[in-house]
Amino acid sequence: MLCERCQERPASVHVTRIINGDKTELYLCQECAREMQPQLNFSIPKFLAGLLDYEPGLEVKAPPAGERCRECGLSYEQFHQTGRLGCPDCYHYLAARLDPLIRRIQGSSQHRGKVPRRAGGNLRVRREIERLRAQLQQLVEQEEFEKAAQVRDRIRDLENRLGEQGGGQ
Amino acid sequence: MSLNLERNSKWMEGSGPQADIVISSRIRLARNLKGMPFPNLMNEAQEVKVIRQVGQAIRAPGVFQAVGELRLQTLRELSPVERQILVEKHLISPDLAEGKGEKAVVLRDDEAISIMVNEEDHLRLQCLLPALMLHEAWRLADAADDALENELDFAFDQERGYLTACPTNVGTGLRASTMLHLPALVLTKQAGQVLTALTKVGVAVRGLYGEGTEAQGNIFQVSNQITLGRSEEEIINNLSAVTVRLADQEREARELLRKQNRWQLEDRVGRAYGILTNARILSSQEALQLLSDVRLGVEMKILRGLDQRLINQLMVRIQPAYLQFTAGKEMTPFERDVRRAAMVRELLAG
Ligand SMILES: [Zn+2]
Ligand SMILES: [Zn+2]
Repeated sequence: MLCERCQERPASVHVTRIINGDKTELYLCQECAREMQPQLNFSIPKFLAGLLDYEPGLEVKAPPAGERCRECGLSYEQFHQTGRLGCPDCYHYLAARLDPLIRRIQGSSQHRGKVPRRAGGNLRVRREIERLRAQLQQLVEQEEFEKAAQVRDRIRDLENRLGEQGGGQ
Repeated sequence: MSLNLERNSKWMEGSGPQADIVISSRIRLARNLKGMPFPNLMNEAQEVKVIRQVGQAIRAPGVFQAVGELRLQTLRELSPVERQILVEKHLISPDLAEGKGEKAVVLRDDEAISIMVNEEDHLRLQCLLPALMLHEAWRLADAADDALENELDFAFDQERGYLTACPTNVGTGLRASTMLHLPALVLTKQAGQVLTALTKVGVAVRGLYGEGTEAQGNIFQVSNQITLGRSEEEIINNLSAVTVRLADQEREARELLRKQNRWQLEDRVGRAYGILTNARILSSQEALQLLSDVRLGVEMKILRGLDQRLINQLMVRIQPAYLQFTAGKEMTPFERDVRRAAMVRELLAG
């Protein structure tokens, strides 16, 4: 396994850092470990990246895989060091390792906010369908069948609209 | 240069809901352009391209109709002092002011809207209003965002929302914050306790001038921590509620002081006013602390005939870059302290 810092020399030192009660583990070569010693201080991006190591169910002992963003070339290790992604496509290409981190930081992985009109025309419709389905469920439970029928028709309308547009993005 | 740096920003007006304690409300939206690396990986040509695209977008008729005239200013064309003034007015971040490469700022005339171009994200749209007006600031930011989105392709993902350079901003890309003056909580030694409690409800707190530093002038900034998984309204409602709660807590502490330490309180306010109107040398740190005491006096109606707007203006005018700009020359720290004292005397006496 290579050193997580320089990616050149073999890793021979296992460094565990505990910052504000959160543990970060690093596999370093002798030289990097020595260089890192005085600057084992708090950095927000590293702290965030370090949280990944605590994700339950994730094999943290495995050496970092070499995945890279196919658009900008950023590797996960580079992100790990700077806390900054290279381009919007990084979210796609590095998803396997980023998504657990995002869930960890944000407590959620599903956007529920504003949807841009242009990029998200269909998404807006889908959100509306989701909302109506919940409403339909409620109306059925309350035995308000007449209102439920209206809501059902509205859902069909919207679903047809999605179908005509090909249902894709 | 097309900027009028001496004018007052909208946020300095000092009026609106909770204005006795809440100084300003800010909404920031992080947006990035599709098919372009994030600023940390951009080359100069790409930086210039982003600035050009934003420049074109803000001139679109739809944008004008939505939020009025916006003007773009490249940072390269500004002197270091001019950039620093934009920081002191809270219109741009220190990172944008000091950063290398091609960067720009877009401003509306009243400075209620500003857009940082090529900061950590391609666009950081900010709306800054006085007092507790988060919802109003959001409506303005939302309108500007919609209008810009007609002209620019923002990077967006159905699951993850708006894509940002740092995963701490992904989703809504929304950072809502309020700036509060909390001297009584500090005086009664409750500030630490109250502010620590806030971090448990998804709110981050920091002192105004610099992250991690002691709050100078008893001014604190609170903001949302989470940007994904909640709607913009939920985030803003939560922060508004927290801000109101904090302001109530501060008011209680003020009443306690009035009851139990009335003479000490009035003495403190009176002395602060006395020093500010008579000193011949004032450091910015001392000035901020004294202005905090005077502000408390104004807010508690111990001092009459002064208003928050003047205090807000003073808070900006005592800053190093602003002082040097109005003096028209660079000054040593000592020269600044002398000029600061003269300026404060003049404005408070006026
Ligand atoms: Zn190494
Ligand atoms: Zn990338």
